Amino acid sequence: MRPILRGLVGLAVFFGSWEAAVRLGMVDPQFLPPPSLTFLRLGELLLDGPFILSVVATVLAWLIALGLAVVIAVPAGLLLGTLPAARSVTRTLIELVRPIPPVALIPLVIILVGQGPETKIMLAVYAAVWPLLFNTIYALDEIDPMLVDCARSFGCGRGRVIATVALPHALPFVFTAFRLSAAIALIVIISTEYLAGGGRGLGIVILQAAEGAGRMDLVLAGTLVAGVIGFVINDGLERIGRRWFAWNDTAAAGTS
Amino acid sequence: MLMRWVLLLTLLGCWQLIAGRADQVFFPPPTEIANQARLLWLTGADGGIEITPSVLTDIVPSVTRLLVAWLAAAALGIGVGAVLGRSRAAMDYVGPLFAFFRSIPSPALIPVFLLLFGIGTSMKVTLIIFGAIWPIVLNTVDGVRSVGQVPTDTARAFRTPQPQWIFGVVFPAAMPKIFAGLRSSLAIAVILMVMSEMVGATNGIGYQLVDAKTNFEYTSVWAWIVLLAVLGYLLNTLLAMIEHRVLRWMPQRAATRQREGN
Repeated sequence: MRPILRGLVGLAVFFGSWEAAVRLGMVDPQFLPPPSLTFLRLGELLLDGPFILSVVATVLAWLIALGLAVVIAVPAGLLLGTLPAARSVTRTLIELVRPIPPVALIPLVIILVGQGPETKIMLAVYAAVWPLLFNTIYALDEIDPMLVDCARSFGCGRGRVIATVALPHALPFVFTAFRLSAAIALIVIISTEYLAGGGRGLGIVILQAAEGAGRMDLVLAGTLVAGVIGFVINDGLERIGRRWFAWNDTAAAGTS
Repeated sequence: MLMRWVLLLTLLGCWQLIAGRADQVFFPPPTEIANQARLLWLTGADGGIEITPSVLTDIVPSVTRLLVAWLAAAALGIGVGAVLGRSRAAMDYVGPLFAFFRSIPSPALIPVFLLLFGIGTSMKVTLIIFGAIWPIVLNTVDGVRSVGQVPTDTARAFRTPQPQWIFGVVFPAAMPKIFAGLRSSLAIAVILMVMSEMVGATNGIGYQLVDAKTNFEYTSVWAWIVLLAVLGYLLNTLLAMIEHRVLRWMPQRAATRQREGN
């Protein structure tokens, strides 16, 4: 219980000194509104229909992108991991494409696909596929050959070995990658929303609040919402990973 | 290795052939992109080979901002992380706050810093520092805490002086974690550099990329993307080389690197 208490004290000191700095006139409230005003604005935003719709649009795009990335990357990883020939051919292609920062492709995809939600979903899928693909391949590399031989000598075919030995072995690795992919997908979606003005999204709301009237209170409230979404995703996946993969230390150990 | 270069050239050759035939404005052939890159960055006023002003006004400022900010984030992050890692109480106080800061999707910070600092260089540098520092801090804390009981007891028994203990035992033990943090923070720093220039800037690689798109110069769009890919590749390779060198003394390095998917 004490660490939680200390954490709360830390948060209270942070927001308290921010509030005090503004109230005592050290900072112009137009420039940096106090946390009390930011939280008030946050409350108003959460009761505001269009704002909620924007948040839903962003989270929905994130969910769709992540789902697609898993459906694409995990089977592809299993395939490339079990067929060394296919792997060496695709490797060059992968190494050629992977260093491109996903956000660098935003203008190109906007030109090709347009301003709609499919643009941000496509880019997020692109960014989220890599960690999943690589960790699935490496997971298959690291299987104890004894396990595979054992399964085969009991008469398991190739498909059965994948289903009962390779897949369970790969799951913790895939889950670690899933956390990385979840974070990068959200980053790419919000980035794309800045540049593709069409449609709704949390990124559009925050940037408009900054560019138009320079409403720092709205910007801070919106950023707070983005932070809470990121925190729930990060923390939630970490807890799930610890519960599901208590039998394996790979998923529990991954911090970065 | 040779096989991969052959494959790479084959792929580029196929692209060249298909793009040449299709004659599509959106997908120019590689030779055209290379030519555009030459025109953009390596052509003098008289048509000779010379570095263009764009290199000095866009590429150099972008890369400088990125490197200065990332190195500052690394120095600050490792320092703060080392201090916090030695004190469980201090980490209890700031832990939740730092975990929240780390969870903010980093581009969401751009509008905040845009309003605080305007569209100048100071905005980008502080933004990149703030966005990239958290993985370094939290990984350093983890690494510093991972010093085993045996080294701790041994150092105590020999009454090892504090500086020697920190630089001889704690930091080497923490290095693998610190490098994992540095790698994630480098990726964040590159994203923030590009995005901050796309949203609020008057120069830089990201600004030119969006500018080329607005002016329908699709070959230039491709040239700037290729430049960013090369930059990303160089920075990652450089960091991997440094990491390899620093961690050479550790056994089982190859296995760990693979598990992290890099």
